[in-house]
Amino acid sequence: MTIARWIATGILLAGTVLQPLATQAATPRDTVVMAKQIDDIITFDPAESFEFSGSEAVGNIYDKLLTFDPGNVADIRGQLAERWTVSEDGKTYTFTLRDGVKFHSGNPVTAEDAAFSLQRAVLLDKQPAFIIAQFGFTKDNVRERIRATDGRTLVITTDKPYAPTFFFYCLTASVGGIVDKATVLKNEKDGDLGNGWMKSNSAASGPYRLRRWEPKESYTLEANADYWDGAPKNKRVVVRHVAEAAAQRLLLEKGDVDFARNLEKDQIAGIAGNADLAVQEGVKGTIFYLGLNQKNETLRKPEVREALKWLVDYQGIQDNLLKGKYQVHQAFLPKGFMGAIETKPYGFDLEKGKALLAKAGVPDGFAVTMDVRNVSPYTDVAQAIQANWAKAGIKLDLIPGDGKQTLTKYRARNHDIYIGEWGPDYQDPHTNAQTFAMNPDNADEGRTKTLAWRNAWDIPAMTKETEAAVVERDAAKRAAVYEDIQRRHQTESPFVIMFQQIEVAARRKGVEGFILGPSFDNNYYRGIEKK
Amino acid sequence: MSSPEFLHPIGRLLLRVTATLAGVGVTLFGLLLVTFVIARVVPVDPVLAVVGDNAGPDLYDRTRVELGLDRPLYVQFGLYVSQVARGDFGMSVLTSRPVTEDIARYFPATLELATAATLIGVLLGVPMGVLAAVRQGHWIDHLVRVIGLAGYSIPVFWLGLMGLLLFYAELGWVAGPGRLSIGYEDIVEPVTGLLLLDAALAREWEVFGNAVSHLVLPAGVLGVFSLAYIGRMTRSFMLDQLRQEYIITARVKGVSEARIVWRHALGNIMVPLVTVIALSYAHLLEGSVLTETVFAWPGLGSYITSSLLNVDMNAVLGGTLVVGVVFVGVNLLSDLLYRLFDPRAR
Repeated sequence: MTIARWIATGILLAGTVLQPLATQAATPRDTVVMAKQIDDIITFDPAESFEFSGSEAVGNIYDKLLTFDPGNVADIRGQLAERWTVSEDGKTYTFTLRDGVKFHSGNPVTAEDAAFSLQRAVLLDKQPAFIIAQFGFTKDNVRERIRATDGRTLVITTDKPYAPTFFFYCLTASVGGIVDKATVLKNEKDGDLGNGWMKSNSAASGPYRLRRWEPKESYTLEANADYWDGAPKNKRVVVRHVAEAAAQRLLLEKGDVDFARNLEKDQIAGIAGNADLAVQEGVKGTIFYLGLNQKNETLRKPEVREALKWLVDYQGIQDNLLKGKYQVHQAFLPKGFMGAIETKPYGFDLEKGKALLAKAGVPDGFAVTMDVRNVSPYTDVAQAIQANWAKAGIKLDLIPGDGKQTLTKYRARNHDIYIGEWGPDYQDPHTNAQTFAMNPDNADEGRTKTLAWRNAWDIPAMTKETEAAVVERDAAKRAAVYEDIQRRHQTESPFVIMFQQIEVAARRKGVEGFILGPSFDNNYYRGIEKK
Repeated sequence: MSSPEFLHPIGRLLLRVTATLAGVGVTLFGLLLVTFVIARVVPVDPVLAVVGDNAGPDLYDRTRVELGLDRPLYVQFGLYVSQVARGDFGMSVLTSRPVTEDIARYFPATLELATAATLIGVLLGVPMGVLAAVRQGHWIDHLVRVIGLAGYSIPVFWLGLMGLLLFYAELGWVAGPGRLSIGYEDIVEPVTGLLLLDAALAREWEVFGNAVSHLVLPAGVLGVFSLAYIGRMTRSFMLDQLRQEYIITARVKGVSEARIVWRHALGNIMVPLVTVIALSYAHLLEGSVLTETVFAWPGLGSYITSSLLNVDMNAVLGGTLVVGVVFVGVNLLSDLLYRLFDPRAR
């Protein structure tokens, strides 16, 4: 009995000793703490950052020439640019910068800084560089084509008269962030235009500056009290990497964090009854789709493609597997984009599906494989589709694999069906139109590996139309062209577009003002306030 | 290992040291080679991991050349090994920092956790095993056996989450995931990377306390597994010893029971026990991915795993090498300890 008493005493003693160490006040009033999966961040340099988490941070640190209202994307506004004009021939843009704006270093923001920033993106030629470079800028010509004519005037000349909206939306992307030229060059090493230093430091004029970054651990942003558009309502934002969603939920419930950013469907349902917590949602641009490889003889038949679209139980999958994370969406432009359509022609219809299969000459179905990333929600959704299609006699064989593995196979066009997601690169419709509706060269050695190419969908006519939309200068007409392409795409294409992502942030009640914008670089921290 | 008799003792020592070092070198080289080949033959495109799915063809080709992937495999490996020999492990793609810098940051976190867990395992496991052997069939024996079984069969992931739910969320005895609470960050300047040591050196006792509070639970969870293993092995070693004739002789001579158990019997199982403890410690030093994930603990295990999943080759190879060195080092250490405990091995 004595041993049992010893053990009991030991446990109680441990509790008594440990408890005082664990007690701590809730998060400080002026500091916002988030638990989030941020192990994808590799850099904070706006000319390089292209990961979801990284671009969120960069979006809070850097100002761009232009921005848009996160609630209404059509409303393009000046940020560091006060006003702008487009020349008659549609190739020259003249921006006049706001007067009196300062970088965190105290240096004034000039047109020279703006020119340097955009040139730097093209010269460094990192992942997001193409967003700027696609307007005809190369390492050789960018210094002439993007230049400051005086302290406040920036003149940019493109190679063709593009649709102004296309150019403007591209300038709102993180890669269009304006950096402090003097500070960046002071930290240049071996002609890297400060890229090495900028990976973990900031030289910006935005609402926050980067105070600290520990890869896969946390980053801390410090508010810029002198921000020209009004000081942030908090002093500091600390974002900690917490990989496990269940751990995020516990931290939020205990009040050790103010936001949990990656809760799963079950956890969102689990905190619904907690009066101290609230959930906010924002529609994101990521599209969840199936790609049907046109090298497969059966999938090539138009009736089969259409039958498969009628045989997915979109609503059931949304309600049972994806609630709070995705919503049904069936066009390649996500809701929130210029020209997006919200028509959803397809719903589960076994009779229609069977009739189309019969017409295609496969009345009893057929066997086909699908490459699936072996993580949620891909596996769950793939299994649901497997069950849906089995009703029409289609034998779907799921091939699980690691994400990089399935992607490698997809890019080599060795799949039958691929289940995956596509996130837009910038806020203009061209980003998705280019990949879903353009295939300049369908040969195996074709260099432009758009999604249409990966599924071997040869579409010379649609490729031309999509290219034409990029130079349509009338915004309303341009939107109409995309609407038209999407309607045909919806019925003809080998893409079963199923859902659009919703981003969910769970928060403590009384911590308000966080904006979840339409893309990851407009999730804004500056309005967050503890009441 | 027998050495030629005719050599001078110092010569013999030198020979032994050289042989050991050569063995270590070959082991580590083999480890690198195997890891390198495996990482290259998996059907995954490492360029994609760097440039992402949306990248254009020019960037893709350029990155391929930058990573040296256009060269033959043996050239790539040769270049890598000569780099490592000069102490350069290359840059990690995922963190944009030199791999050596990453390891200097993540390894201490694992070292701290593994050491705490092993301490728990040894300090509780050995006495429990001894008690269970002495009181065979008593409830304490059953308890040790149940814990031993549980330690082998309960998933660490589940135990970690349940531990958080009970001791952090419900009872509030310990702090939550992470190594420090937000309010305590940035106070202590990292010197060794071991938070407890750094805080103690800086005499920041509040930070020290907070770090302990964060460490207790993950160390306890890993400690359960270490304890289960060490406890079971101690029990069976002890049972074996307690049946030996020298124990009966000692009893007949009137030696106290405590002395018989803790000195004679336990003293005689030290050699195998040290091996068991060393193995369990080395295993923990590889980093425990699941525990690190649940407790948001930035350790070596999750570093190597996420690097592997993203084909971040420099990081994987560097991490693997560290694990190899640790394994070899702990084994050498336990070899040395044999000599301490067993006069015959000297």
